[in-house]
Amino acid sequence: MTQTRFSPSIPSRPVYSGLVSCGSALSIMVADEAGAAALTDLARSDASVMDKAHLLLIGVSQATVQELSALTPRSLSQSPTVQGAEEIFDALIAHAAIGTLLFCAGSEGLIGQFSARAMRFGLSPDAIQSEHRGSVARRMQCVHCKGITEDVTTDPFICGHCGLTLFVRDHFSRRLGAFQGVCVDAETPGDIPETVEIRP
Amino acid sequence: MSTQLKVTVAEVEALTPLVKRFRFEAADKTPLPVFSGGAHITVSMQDGARLRHNAYSLISDPYDGSGYEIAVRRDDQGRGGSKFMHEQIAVGDTLTISVPANLFQLDLRARKHILIGGGIGITPFVAQLRQLDMIGAPYELHYAAHSRDEAAGLALLPQADNILIHVSQDGTRMDLGRILADQPIGTHVYTCGPETLISAVAAEAAAKGWPASAVHSEAFTAPPPGEPFEVTIGSTGQTVQVGADQTLLEALEEAGVPINWSCRGGACGQCETSVTTCDGDIEHNDHWLSEADRAAARAIMPCMSRFRGDHLVLDL
Repeated sequence: MTQTRFSPSIPSRPVYSGLVSCGSALSIMVADEAGAAALTDLARSDASVMDKAHLLLIGVSQATVQELSALTPRSLSQSPTVQGAEEIFDALIAHAAIGTLLFCAGSEGLIGQFSARAMRFGLSPDAIQSEHRGSVARRMQCVHCKGITEDVTTDPFICGHCGLTLFVRDHFSRRLGAFQGVCVDAETPGDIPETVEIRP
Repeated sequence: MSTQLKVTVAEVEALTPLVKRFRFEAADKTPLPVFSGGAHITVSMQDGARLRHNAYSLISDPYDGSGYEIAVRRDDQGRGGSKFMHEQIAVGDTLTISVPANLFQLDLRARKHILIGGGIGITPFVAQLRQLDMIGAPYELHYAAHSRDEAAGLALLPQADNILIHVSQDGTRMDLGRILADQPIGTHVYTCGPETLISAVAAEAAAKGWPASAVHSEAFTAPPPGEPFEVTIGSTGQTVQVGADQTLLEALEEAGVPINWSCRGGACGQCETSVTTCDGDIEHNDHWLSEADRAAARAIMPCMSRFRGDHLVLDL
């Protein structure tokens, strides 16, 4: 699976420009199963990127773990869940020295979440690289109840917290690492447009 | 045009043989606008027939509107503004200043701030560290000066473990490699002082992988004097003579040509002026125009830059 190309949209919609080697810089690399391929491609372009890289893999297969171990990163951690990965990530970034880069690869939800988390620790946006791979599902925040619904693939969708039918906006919150969902039938309750698949 | 304030000179103090501190209070005794650390004002000086506007960083408490303070280093090789401040300005005088503007503010998202001041470049940090102390943000300040004679910072900085003084004369030189190594992510570095210091910090930070957005600087260089030259105003055909110790901006103002300005230090971009004909070389002394703009000779910053050649037509 290759890097996703998204159609141009409003300025707040994130652009994932792809991972580019900065040599053997200190780095934290976060990826899901689809994103792991982006790390492999990155290492293929320049093997030295792994010299000081701490890899954090989320919900990946054993085969993928073995494939990435073979790239000989400085360390490799894995977690079946995002919550578990967040704890490992916090431990890695809390003591990171300036100059450390963050590479995120995989779904928009993963990229948004870990970028936002890193920025809360003070990492500058220009120290973050990202590459979208895999599903175009979005991590959505309901602007009404503030609940986050993961892996949203249709527009509109039902908020997993308050049950409102939400329109999927391209408006993205870097602070939350999530897109904003707004009630689609607030003006005329019940007037809900046809559900369509989210497209890149 | 900047909004102006009328102030009276409340205090003048020699901090070193070369640096004087001035305190201004509002002429009508009303509180002055508060500002943010790193802000500057321009002081208008009627020096004989010539009206100057020189920019100075504020060194007083940003949250204190009872007065503004600046520190002025006397530069006898300069165009005369600092000499005028040192020789002509006394307690009780009335001056016109601009409201504060800030082109060198702290990035308050930073987890830690490193402030590096060289020589008189310490001034913006004096106000910034009051702000940092108030918000409780972690910082270290490194102050480098050649000699104690010009080290106004010695009189302006409080004594604290995180304020480090390096005086070349005393053999305590600043080690940028050590200062910039092993800082936590989210650290921002700010440099104010000579170009050599600013570029040394930028190079060291880049070598250590600092993100560009975490590296800030302000080169508050005064406009350099130079050879006299002439420019032509495109819309009217009027020619304006620029004297050796005058800036193009000052000459345009004297000639009554309307033009915007703010920092008068080549950093804010307000006075950027398009060039329609350039038969000669523009001496760019600003920090605003891109290399491409310079190469195409399509613009000039009249507050800082000069011209050497036969014909320069400004789109004014």
